[in-house]
Amino acid sequence: MAKKLMKGSEAVAEAAIQAGCHYFFGYPITPQNDIPEYMAARLPQVGGCFLQAESEVAAINMVYGAAAAGARVMTSSSSPGVSLKQEGMSYLAGAELPCVVVNMVRGGPGLGSIQPSQGDYFQATRGGGHGDYHPIVLAPSSVQEAVDLMHDAFDLADIYRTPAMILADGIIGQMMEPVEFHEHAKRELPAKEWAATGWDPKSGRPRAIVNSLYIEVDELQELNDRLQARYAVIREKEARAELYHTEGAELIICAYGTVARICKSAITLLEKKGYKVGLVRPITVWPFPEKQLREVMDQPSVKKAVTVEISAGQMVEDVRLTVNGTKPVEFFGKPGSYTPTAEEIAEYIMKSMEA
Amino acid sequence: MTTVFKKTPILTDAILHYCPGCGHGIVHRLVAEVIDELGIQNRTVALVPVGCAVFGYKYFNVDSVEAAHGRAPAAATGIKRTDPNRVVFTYQGDGDLASIGAAEIVHAAHRGEKITTIFINNAIYGMTGGQMAPTTLVGQKTTTSPYGRDEKHCGKPIRIAEMLATIEGSAYIARVAVNSPANIIAAKKAIKAAFQCQLDGKGFALVEVLSNCPTNWGMSPVESMEWLEQNMIPYYPLGVKKDTTKEV
Ligand SMILES: Cc1ncc(C[n+]2csc(CCOP(=O)(O)OP(=O)(O)O)c2C)c(N)n1
Ligand code: SF4
Repeated sequence: MAKKLMKGSEAVAEAAIQAGCHYFFGYPITPQNDIPEYMAARLPQVGGCFLQAESEVAAINMVYGAAAAGARVMTSSSSPGVSLKQEGMSYLAGAELPCVVVNMVRGGPGLGSIQPSQGDYFQATRGGGHGDYHPIVLAPSSVQEAVDLMHDAFDLADIYRTPAMILADGIIGQMMEPVEFHEHAKRELPAKEWAATGWDPKSGRPRAIVNSLYIEVDELQELNDRLQARYAVIREKEARAELYHTEGAELIICAYGTVARICKSAITLLEKKGYKVGLVRPITVWPFPEKQLREVMDQPSVKKAVTVEISAGQMVEDVRLTVNGTKPVEFFGKPGSYTPTAEEIAEYIMKSMEA
Repeated sequence: MTTVFKKTPILTDAILHYCPGCGHGIVHRLVAEVIDELGIQNRTVALVPVGCAVFGYKYFNVDSVEAAHGRAPAAATGIKRTDPNRVVFTYQGDGDLASIGAAEIVHAAHRGEKITTIFINNAIYGMTGGQMAPTTLVGQKTTTSPYGRDEKHCGKPIRIAEMLATIEGSAYIARVAVNSPANIIAAKKAIKAAFQCQLDGKGFALVEVLSNCPTNWGMSPVESMEWLEQNMIPYYPLGVKKDTTKEV
């Protein structure tokens, strides 16, 4: 298929439809309005349903209902709206329902800014709502990757019966890049026998009860054991990272999303000056690609790691947990919405390497 | 021997956890009988609330979904929109619907969502131990209005049926009570009409049921039914508030 120049948000929406998602519930918020707007135009054409909810709280609960009925369903928002979805995401996780949530992250806290940010990493990767759960969190660094990860997000959500999140900064949503919608390998997906679709007692299937209430201690334990066992499999099988110029590097940058791309430009600048710097770019931020990062960091040539984020330092905690004190881990970045330039990153790295 | 009464198959054999004399049990039976009489078990999905009816999924013998506190109308919307042939109903208390879920119910009505809502108004939060609800009567003592609800401090009780009847998207809105055999018969008629409204694709339907909470009202079941009659019905008048289903 030919490449098409598309805005990130619209490409994400189209990818979702091509992945078989015919239901979208959302509430407007900048910088992701192109997703609901695209869905409003396209979903009726494919026999699906777009509905503008009265709030993000309602939107995620509409998602909960559609997911409970076995549909492929999604919502999208940006930081303040995603905060409102956290209760619903906890219920989705507790009721073991698949869905996809897109967060085009903007600066915070509070109403913050409408510029890109990475300040929602903790919320996304630690669960965000109440209880012990994790959504699977995918962090694209280009429009093409966002398109490809959309398919993965829906499949992984179905396979593991969990919410999955696309954690993208506002830049991914707003920029235009050439994209290709290629065929994706069809994964074997489990049948949704648990879906509440209307029950005929003669049908042979048990009556469906979609629920996250387990009032007895041992019943709740059973749910949590089941979830934790599933999370262990996800950690083992689904962690992904891109390794860039890591072989023989003396310093490793760890960055995700758009910032990782800027870091690649910084590496080009640094390499011209003779510095040996590599990049580990988590593609899944939950599960965090511990194994991949540890292998790179274990190389004798590597002296230290620097994490670069548009935050006060959130992913750096996962990097430190992974490196576990064996080598120094520094942080470069600012909270809010300031996107560092390649030159600024390169300068910091040079100073750090001279130190 | 002729059978004069038999439990509807739309209620499971699970033993209800409701307190003795609580209206929830009566309303469960009415809803279940209506589903049976309309022959819609195989396409009905129940949305149960957070409140005393949280275990509704154990009792209603239909596919069931437990919704977050107040969010049942939104979750019902998600289910209904994925297949309009489904019959979807929410069963909600007055804390669930009139307080935390006020936005969800108003907008389900506003969209003309083709769902049926059974709204239990017992003028109190039952499950959490008898706190004040938006429907608590002026002067009524609850654990969080220990001197009686003071309208100057927290307003007068909200009349949900009348409010929702003003919304264009609502098609059938009625208020009933379950304090006497005659009222219970009328309640069942209204519940049936509210389901029929959905089957005919007319729009949003809600039946507000005045019910009791003997436990948290601190009364015997009989006293509570009398209190309902004397105090709730005068403030919450019974009757069909809106019915556009007959219009052509
Ligand atoms: C988000 C949230 N807030 C509060 C609660 C606690 N809670 C459980 S039931 C309930 C009120 C129930 O009252 P009502 O809806 O009137 O139903 P009833 O128990 O009287 O049938 C509350 C506040 C909760 N479960 N979730
Ligand atoms: S607490 Fe009140 S509403 Fe709840 S079951 Fe008991 S009597 Fe009924």
